[in-house]
Amino acid sequence: MAMEVTQVLLNAQSIDGTVRKHAEDSLKQFQEQNLPGFLLSLSGELANDDKPIDSRKLAGLILKNALDAKEQHRKFELVQRWLSLDVNVKTQIKACLLKTLTSPVPDARSTASQVIAKIAGIELPQKQWPELIGSLLSNIHQLPAHVKQATLETLGYLCEEVSPDVVDQDHVNKILTAVVQGMNANEGNNDVRLAATRALYNALSFAQANFSNDMERDYIMRVVCEATQSTDLKIRQAAFECLVSISSTYYEKLAPYMQDIYSITAKAVREDEEPVALQAIEFWSSICDEEIDILEEYGGDFTGDSDIPCFYFIKQALPALVPMLLETLLKQEEDQDQDEGAWNIAMAGGTCLGLVARTVGDDIVPLVIPFIEENITKPDWRQREAATYAFGSILEGPSPDKLVHVVNVALTFMLNALTKDPNNHVKDTSAWTLGRIFEFLHGSTIDTPIITPANCQQIITVLLQSMKDAPNVAEKACGALYFLAQGYEDVGPSSPLTPFFQEIVQSLLTVTHREDAGESRLRTAAYETLNEVVRSSTDETAPMVLQLVPVIMMELHKTLEGQKLSSDEREKQSELQGLLCGCLQVIIQKLGSAEPTKYVFMQYADQIMGLFLRVFACRSATVHEEAMLAIGALAYATGPDFAKYMPEFYKYLEMGLQNFEEYQVCAVTVGVVGDICRALEEKILPYCDGIMTQLLKDLSSNQLHRSVKPPIFSCFGDIALAIGENFEKYLMYAMPMLQSAADLSAHTSGADDDMIEYTNSLRNGILEAYSGIFQGFKNSPKTQLLIPYAPHILQFLDSIYMEKDMDEVVMKTAIGLLGDLADTLGSNAGSLIQQSLSSKDFLNECLSSDDHMIKESAEWAKLAISKAISV
Amino acid sequence: MAPHDVRRPFKRPAISDQQRRRDLSLLRQSQNRRDAQHQARCLASSVLSLQSQTPEPVPEFEIELVEETESQSEEESGTLTKDLDVRQASKLKGAEARKWFAAQLMLPEWMIDIPDRLNHDWYVLARPAGKRCIVVSSNGTTVSRLRNGSVLHHFPSALPCGARTRDQSGSSQSYCILDCIFHESDQTYYVIDMVCWRGYSLYDCTAEFRFFWLNSKLAETGACDSPSRYHKFRFSSVPVFNCDQSGLYAAYTGVVSYVKDGLLFYNKHAHYQTGNTPLALVWKDEHCSQYVIDTDSKGDIPSQQQVVLELQDDGKLSTSDDPAVNFGCLDREFIQKVCFISELHSGSLLKFAIGDGGLSFVDGKLEKADLHYLGKTNRARMFADSYSKVIFQYMVRHAPLKFDDLLASISSSNDQENKPSDVEMVS
Repeated sequence: MAMEVTQVLLNAQSIDGTVRKHAEDSLKQFQEQNLPGFLLSLSGELANDDKPIDSRKLAGLILKNALDAKEQHRKFELVQRWLSLDVNVKTQIKACLLKTLTSPVPDARSTASQVIAKIAGIELPQKQWPELIGSLLSNIHQLPAHVKQATLETLGYLCEEVSPDVVDQDHVNKILTAVVQGMNANEGNNDVRLAATRALYNALSFAQANFSNDMERDYIMRVVCEATQSTDLKIRQAAFECLVSISSTYYEKLAPYMQDIYSITAKAVREDEEPVALQAIEFWSSICDEEIDILEEYGGDFTGDSDIPCFYFIKQALPALVPMLLETLLKQEEDQDQDEGAWNIAMAGGTCLGLVARTVGDDIVPLVIPFIEENITKPDWRQREAATYAFGSILEGPSPDKLVHVVNVALTFMLNALTKDPNNHVKDTSAWTLGRIFEFLHGSTIDTPIITPANCQQIITVLLQSMKDAPNVAEKACGALYFLAQGYEDVGPSSPLTPFFQEIVQSLLTVTHREDAGESRLRTAAYETLNEVVRSSTDETAPMVLQLVPVIMMELHKTLEGQKLSSDEREKQSELQGLLCGCLQVIIQKLGSAEPTKYVFMQYADQIMGLFLRVFACRSATVHEEAMLAIGALAYATGPDFAKYMPEFYKYLEMGLQNFEEYQVCAVTVGVVGDICRALEEKILPYCDGIMTQLLKDLSSNQLHRSVKPPIFSCFGDIALAIGENFEKYLMYAMPMLQSAADLSAHTSGADDDMIEYTNSLRNGILEAYSGIFQGFKNSPKTQLLIPYAPHILQFLDSIYMEKDMDEVVMKTAIGLLGDLADTLGSNAGSLIQQSLSSKDFLNECLSSDDHMIKESAEWAKLAISKAISV
Repeated sequence: MAPHDVRRPFKRPAISDQQRRRDLSLLRQSQNRRDAQHQARCLASSVLSLQSQTPEPVPEFEIELVEETESQSEEESGTLTKDLDVRQASKLKGAEARKWFAAQLMLPEWMIDIPDRLNHDWYVLARPAGKRCIVVSSNGTTVSRLRNGSVLHHFPSALPCGARTRDQSGSSQSYCILDCIFHESDQTYYVIDMVCWRGYSLYDCTAEFRFFWLNSKLAETGACDSPSRYHKFRFSSVPVFNCDQSGLYAAYTGVVSYVKDGLLFYNKHAHYQTGNTPLALVWKDEHCSQYVIDTDSKGDIPSQQQVVLELQDDGKLSTSDDPAVNFGCLDREFIQKVCFISELHSGSLLKFAIGDGGLSFVDGKLEKADLHYLGKTNRARMFADSYSKVIFQYMVRHAPLKFDDLLASISSSNDQENKPSDVEMVS
């Protein structure tokens, strides 16, 4: 079956495009005509030490790609395809791969390792290839170093591919033993040691049982710590990566080792090369992440019975940790602020300092203030910048009371630096720090205002002036203004920004027109700040927001002028259209929320809709997400009159619903369907066949991201509520889908938090769909069509109640649905309802809820039920 | 297995504005969905139906008794007012408004014989003396109207949506309708029934449920608290008893904070039905009411019982019941003579005295009434007397139904406890 593929594989890497194309075509053809033969040939090629390395590597790569894909749907197909291959073929391929592990050629071994892991990822969950792990480990001690290295690498990849629950503990123990022995300082070969250390990184998630055993854990930790002292940089780096992973996976087991780990990391941060030092800092950032999560859970739950207790490692390490991090701040690179990909020890240290501040709060302030005071006026820009950055980093975490005095002193300093400091870097950080001050210490929740009538003018003047500075500084100034405006969002009818409103808007528009606005995200920042300024506008400034409408419309119009764009220009055009549509969306939502402004705004509705349609027309196959989002806001503001746009808009709506790949676009479009339902009510009827067809297709697709499915169910409810009993014809399609989704989401046992969260959002969608359908049919003679569905729905409500893992939103929707069912079916469902658990225990629980939304829905349900059973 | 990247966001706000736009859109959409659902739920299948789903911009309650310039002709208004909800109705003016609101109250019949199963199917409560009114809280204000529809008070209250305070929870479109008696001396609204609560209609709920709801919800809102800036009048519920022996005693003799004006009886299974209903009854004697026998406009008890009847096309004189009961007929000559002078026409309310001939019954049905024409009633009067009122007043003057009779009926009904009931409750 196998065939000679060497030359074709080499040709496929040729510089000559024609040769390459031809080779790729023949490979494709071979694969389509005879898949088993194709895969066998590739594995044979990879295993053959007489073949050139380039053809072997490509053979392995193609083999790997035949087993896995990024996209879920495709991945599933490939898995099924492999499983259905002839057993003998698979056995031969696996034998070739295992043989390759002994090859003297490193690249061939490494490629084979990855392919073996992919096959294991498919087969082990199916209880196939049970001998794999045993055969890899059988005589690992006797193996030559290069084979040992390849075996450990394979184990590493295998642990990355396979979920821990398909490997039994006996195998886990053997893997860990082999890996940890390979890492041991006694291992003379650095390649073996590195492979083992990297393998441990992936194997850590398998080691739950071993980490619970003190002796085994001590041993693993000792070996990892020793590896951080290796002479080989890569081994040190890999060992620190293991420590980082352990810090999050086994946080609660770390206490006995923290003293040692502190010494190791401090030494690495101060003395080791950057890749190692970065991992050492990351260890502390990761501990902060853990403690922030735990403390947040403490805060949210007064009983404080979180699964994992907080050990306050950061608080204990604080006196030594903070000086270490402050030192790193002085190691900035020139121009790091202009380089988007930059990541260095100063950046990592500053980021970690910010996390430490969030973890310990007030305690950090006295430890950082002396550093700031000492460095902020020094002639060396590095010292001034480090001091400023340290200050900006600790603004989130400590209480406003603790900071307000320092901030008041610093504010003048920052404003001064932003205008006068000769160094771009210092200005950048000063503007960023101002943004942080406004983000965390300005707004209606802060007792002592930082921004007062006395300094407001100066602050705004400085920020607007800085918007003319270098792009990176201007971008930070926009950011600061964003948070300054956000703090005034719920200020009431009169805002301190009113006197400056016109000037701010004008300055931001000027920034968007800068030649260099494409650098440092500047244009985006300017439009986003404009959005926030609009959101925080009040009745006083509404006329100025109205004046902005034709201005932004004109900008959008200009983007539609360009002809015959290159793909690069097209991308830029689309990005700019996104910003402008986003801005219009914010404006529409703002002006549409109050009757007087909505009335004046409506004069632009036709023109705006025309522009959105032209934005859509710019592309052939996809829909512009931002334009879609803006249309939702427009539909809400327009109400029933939106009907006139439907004939032209409908095709884009359908296109959006068909966009599986960019699921955000699909999700946004589903939301817009809801907006249109509420705007048009029964006038949406002519479009419902198409919309429902598309939504049903979306639901049945396994390509579509799962997060879009709950909103689709909710959308069923929106449609049913809009068209009432006309929903009849969709019942036979929608109801079975709802029922099977309900069955799936009734139980979450054993699921993780993410899954529970998703299940709850799915439940909410299903319940909203039912609610909409029942309310839509109310008072219709066709009500009896819904009676057959009532038992299942009540059963669903009962079972999610019994499951006891509903969140508040689901609880509110669920109890509301009980009411809707009773309200619409009345006495037809009276006895059924009385038999359900939901109508008793669940209802009572909701009636006594502290959440007023739940309580209100429960009162409604109680009322509806009492009517249903009294008739 | 390449080294793992440890890059973290640097000097960037954690949330992008695009994500914020998405989130805010989702928030708006879910609020809109909630409002739409709430509106659908408030579409009650009863008298109060919402015709328009668009929220009205701030209805103003500015109806004054004297203002009648905008009143429409009967034909137009008949169709117009039928389907209004309370917020739309509140924009009606003058006679229109009075007519609409006057039709919203449940009017108990007077107890002229004792219902079966009084102790099983009925509640009893001591009726506070005062002005019967319908209280509507909506859009940050509260308005009370008398039985004839005229405004009694226009005030802020702690009822849901009853005052313009910042901490209003719930939808702006929600409203409450209460059936109350305003008790002058302690300036308190005694709530005797709950018709709508937070936009949800209780019309088609049983009295049992309505009283349960009234008792659990009213106090929660703070409406029973002492008056304050945003709460001008105190509301209070009224103790309701099962109509067994002890309940009846308690209602009759129990000490309450208000002056009593008779007893009210509610059938537990009956819905709130506007207009006259035999499923709610009123009974009085001298012990529990100062107003047993009707007085005239000067507050004196006339020597002869007076009745108000409505003149029909054919000259018949009928009660306000549906179907109406005829008390007699004006003779043609009389009509020609009197009607010409005093502009009588069909629908006019006329006052009569019952002469010495009294009322005569055959098989429990009225056969003959000795009526003497006194004149037209004053303009504020909206309805003729009901049949039960006339008979109750007649009985009071001749052979009153006594408290002991009520007690007796309860104990006799106890004797029959074991007998299977063949009474279907109408509800």
